[in-house]
Amino acid sequence: MTDLTRLSLADARKGLKDKSFTALELTDAYIGAIEAANPSLNAYVATTPEQARDMARASDTRLSQGQGGALEGIPLGIKDLFATKGVHTQAASHILDGFKPEYESTVTANLWRDGAVMLGKLNMDEFAMGSSNETSYYGPVISPFRAEGSNANLVPGGSSGGSAAAVAAWLCAGATATDTGGSIRQPAAFTGTVGIKPTYGRCSRWGTVAFASSLDQAGPIARTVEDAAILMTSMSGFDAKDSTSVDIPVPDFAAAVERGVKGLTIGVPKEYRMDGMPAEIEKLWAEGLEWLKAEGATVKDISLPHTKYALPAYYIVAPAEASSNLARYDGVKYGLRVSGKDITDMYELTRAKGFGREVKRRIMIGTYVLSAGYFDAYYVKAQKVRTLIKKDFEDAFNAGVDAILTPATPSAAFGIGDEALASDPVAMYLNDIFTVTVNMAGLPGIAVPAGKDGQGLPLGLQLIGKPFDEETLFAAARVIEKSAGGDFAPKQWW
Amino acid sequence: MSVDAATVKRIGRLARIRIEEEEVAAYQTELNAILGFVEQLGEVDVAGVEAMTSVTPMTLRRREDVVSDGNYPEKIVGNAPLTEDNFFMVPKVVE
Repeated sequence: MTDLTRLSLADARKGLKDKSFTALELTDAYIGAIEAANPSLNAYVATTPEQARDMARASDTRLSQGQGGALEGIPLGIKDLFATKGVHTQAASHILDGFKPEYESTVTANLWRDGAVMLGKLNMDEFAMGSSNETSYYGPVISPFRAEGSNANLVPGGSSGGSAAAVAAWLCAGATATDTGGSIRQPAAFTGTVGIKPTYGRCSRWGTVAFASSLDQAGPIARTVEDAAILMTSMSGFDAKDSTSVDIPVPDFAAAVERGVKGLTIGVPKEYRMDGMPAEIEKLWAEGLEWLKAEGATVKDISLPHTKYALPAYYIVAPAEASSNLARYDGVKYGLRVSGKDITDMYELTRAKGFGREVKRRIMIGTYVLSAGYFDAYYVKAQKVRTLIKKDFEDAFNAGVDAILTPATPSAAFGIGDEALASDPVAMYLNDIFTVTVNMAGLPGIAVPAGKDGQGLPLGLQLIGKPFDEETLFAAARVIEKSAGGDFAPKQWW
Repeated sequence: MSVDAATVKRIGRLARIRIEEEEVAAYQTELNAILGFVEQLGEVDVAGVEAMTSVTPMTLRRREDVVSDGNYPEKIVGNAPLTEDNFFMVPKVVE
């Protein structure tokens, strides 16, 4: 039998329906692949093989009766940020030591409702704060990709680095991920996978460990645009338990994938043409536009004048919200406790030991910008800038633009332990320069593999859409996927 | 705006994160790098601009003011480091 892990999610679903193999066989193939690869890649922080086999057997029963949901028998990896009942849920942090929730997040509950099988929990940057998956308490994820002729370990991107690496390395058929400033799209671009951050409000945030609540959105990472669309449909939907969940129907996103781009207007924002942008990124972007034009789209130059202010505004808004959200980790209700001479001492020692350096840094920044005397100068100002960023996009869409094409990241994946990035926090933050605007404006954005750099590492393009028009993004991303025609799979070394 | 060593310690206390004396200088450098980076927002004219409160045009939904959940204290304290009779246990706070 061919290696079942190499099948796309869509093909695996077809194979299950046609009874070419069983859900248990498919699940066992993934469990074996994880056991072999995880010591090298560190993509999973916890595996649940027995639970996976039980879920697969239940799927096989339903499939044999001609029943089953949209994801029946499909093995998935779940980012450690999603609460999974009775299973390791720690946001890859020490402070949630031993936490096993009594409840299930809405997004994962939706996946199990549709028949998916859980393989385990995926590594990530601690509390989703990072762009390289190096801030995890469980150690960095190693990318399945290496530069040609090199054995040096590269980062898979972050914060959903475990999700991206596991999908690219055939350790799950698809994965859940989350995106607060680029945490789905940047790792997808680094690993030759497809990742979509839907419109804010499309997926329920209930049961997902909060980082910055006004920016956080869940979404899938998958090996093809079609697979991402299938997962997106199951993950989405109104949830009364999230007050910002939007009560509108969920389209069958997969039905939009082959819709094409004929007649669409694609915006090209001049502000994304950064000084010092590598020529290969420039070339990739131009190629992407040519592919869309060749399929009948019109390309239009646009201006999003406040682009350069999105990242600084983000580094006020996101830490401010994080400092509030992470106040709950105090050694009382769950996770780690370090004893102290009194309760304040216990709080301070618990939080000093339980949080990693990047998380502490962001809590401190957030605390500072929200403190008396600085609130207006920092937080209120940033929220005003955010209004302007959103208006830039609204103006472009009102002028007839259907979607916007940009590079996904300023470079391909970099090395583990990059010294220049480690010594300057702002240098690492610049990884999200093309993605963070989308979170600030609450829009949907998809990253799709489009080419490779000079060392054979994947590069991605990003499409940004109108609110709740993920369908156009899937259709346009599919055109890029088809036109790029490349094989974005890693060469297996692990 | 930049922070001095005393401010770093004060932020640590407000955030309930113990900052050891030997960590202060490194935090000060890092926080000032980030604050220096966000400084550029000073260039943006925001006169007459409303601060964003909701990224999607919506009013927060309200639900009926009724008890809709609960009655499982053992689950609520199930993950706590120290409990007794379904209460969270903490160091003495009242003399």
